[in-house]
Amino acid sequence: MSRAKELLRTELMPHMLCPGCGHGIVMGALLRVLSKRFENLDNVVLVAGIGCSSRIVGYIDGCTVHTTHGRALTFATGIKLARPDLTVIVVTGDGDGLSIGGNHLLHAARRNVDLTCILFNNQTYGMTGGQLAPTTVLNAYSSTSPYGNTEPAFDAAKIAIAAGATFVARGQAFRTDALEDLLGQALDNDGFSFLDVMTDCTEYFVRKNSLGHGSDMLFSQGSVDEEIQRDLAAGPTLRPADGWPIRDTLPTGVLHQGTRPSLSARLARPLAGQPDK
Amino acid sequence: MVERRLTQGNEACAQGAIAAGCQFFGGYPISPSSEIAEYMARELPKQGGVFIQMEDELASLGSVLGASLAGMKAMTATSGPGFTLMQEHLGYATLAEIPCVVVDVMRLGPSTGLPTSPSQGDVMQAQWGSHGDRPTVVLAPGTVEEIHDLTIRAFNVAERLRTPVTLLFDETMGHMREGVCLPDPDPGSLWSRPVPQQTPGHLLEAFVPNEEGVAQVPDFGRGYRFHVTGLMHDERGYPTSDESVAAALLERLERKLDPVQDWFPPEEYLLDDAEVVIVAYGIMGRVAKQAVDRLRAQGSRAGMFRPTLLWPFPTRSVRGATQRAKLVVVAEMNAGQWAIPVEQTMQGRVPTVKINSLGIDVDELCEQVAQAAFCQAGVS
Repeated sequence: MSRAKELLRTELMPHMLCPGCGHGIVMGALLRVLSKRFENLDNVVLVAGIGCSSRIVGYIDGCTVHTTHGRALTFATGIKLARPDLTVIVVTGDGDGLSIGGNHLLHAARRNVDLTCILFNNQTYGMTGGQLAPTTVLNAYSSTSPYGNTEPAFDAAKIAIAAGATFVARGQAFRTDALEDLLGQALDNDGFSFLDVMTDCTEYFVRKNSLGHGSDMLFSQGSVDEEIQRDLAAGPTLRPADGWPIRDTLPTGVLHQGTRPSLSARLARPLAGQPDK
Repeated sequence: MVERRLTQGNEACAQGAIAAGCQFFGGYPISPSSEIAEYMARELPKQGGVFIQMEDELASLGSVLGASLAGMKAMTATSGPGFTLMQEHLGYATLAEIPCVVVDVMRLGPSTGLPTSPSQGDVMQAQWGSHGDRPTVVLAPGTVEEIHDLTIRAFNVAERLRTPVTLLFDETMGHMREGVCLPDPDPGSLWSRPVPQQTPGHLLEAFVPNEEGVAQVPDFGRGYRFHVTGLMHDERGYPTSDESVAAALLERLERKLDPVQDWFPPEEYLLDDAEVVIVAYGIMGRVAKQAVDRLRAQGSRAGMFRPTLLWPFPTRSVRGATQRAKLVVVAEMNAGQWAIPVEQTMQGRVPTVKINSLGIDVDELCEQVAQAAFCQAGVS
């Protein structure tokens, strides 16, 4: 852990994440993976949008940019095209990456831009006070679905696969060992890597739906796999004892791997001899 | 010797960008600006640069800002509706101090409007379209040659002052062809962004300004580790909610644009003894100049003031040019957007008349100026 700690901007501590929030756990996993791969983060650019998850890049001592709401992937595309030699990591949330920035996710995946996009999925808008997100599970309460959510949630990984991402996986704050492994594979992929990571919002989503504490939520993440193993995946939601929905039953681990050339690889081909039409 | 060629305004803009060292263009098709993107798509890869057509205008300017942070001179081009979509990123570029050039080939709005008709309707949007008080640089060329020249100088200002620069011209100018010689600038005459003074590594001084008030932000991937944000930030680049730090930052962003007025002097035509001063920019400058000749031939003491810098509003030169005026006429292809600050500058000292039309010709302008002169100021 000591090497990972060296990658933190300790002058900015304490951080702004709430007690019990899963984001710090995911960030810790990312730091450990980076510390194993890089001596320092001089050539690692972390690009974020707007929201709780997007604030974590500010704590990491690399080249970090906290952009506008939903648009991190567009900045990251420009950075990667200008400097293909840099490692580019996008940190986004479910509202940032799937709602306001959903179109950019489609096109970054279609282009197969060589970068890793980590989507911190807490099913809500935490920064603005726990509003409905495109990932909020059906029937769940939020500050803008006071009678329960009437809209089904997105499966972010399916979208990324359909749009053309060449590495797609789902991880959990609950399983940092597995998450570190997925992050490593995502960084290794020469193309667009997408990671949907379960990380729960204890202050808004959990409270609003009376789901317990941060640890209860972590264990509930773990039970997703158990539910699938017990062949309960047909059910639309997992439900704790009191009957409230927690999350859709979605598989974890590596979900897709492809071999299309990355955008950088396609752009690197020489122009000589090509007709100019 | 550069040969004289029949060149379209949009083409001259793209040529100027490449001559200025632009290496990145992220764009989205929109009339009447698309020829700029098409030219860049063809020529940039030959120069080792990057062209990408993004999924929309938000993404276009986002990619441009990313490329700029990674060290490339970068631009995009659009028209009214696309320019509206770019407003948030223009504000971001101002606050985060990211150099970029944005070209808006204006068309008639609001909304989809008349996509192939000229207009000067984005003058206020270029200054006030993004939320917050945003100091910005907006240039308005009046000929094909000037489009080329001001595109090069837009990059100079964007890089030196680390600020977005908007180039405004209209459909007529974008599609007009003129026989022009467009020599490449002397490489030594091109300005570049400030070089960070600190040693590489963990950088706590990325946003410490130089003597011109410009943050000395390094490019990504040059050995410096630092943070860039659209939140109010301190000189380390770290977010702050301290209002005094925010106020000082906003004050500096405004102050660093002070020299711009001196870099872009207006065209002054027969102003020495002018009693009637016609203020016009862009394509309207050409109409106004001919109107001045005709009014002079009819015995009227008319002159023209044609700014090439619209924002920050060139108060000093407007004041100077109207010193002896008995009447100021602002002729624009909008409802009077630049007439508002001109009128404010006059402070009631000189009567100011707006002439607004979607496509005013010389005859019409002469007639309206003569009428205004007679009614407003008793001058002929």
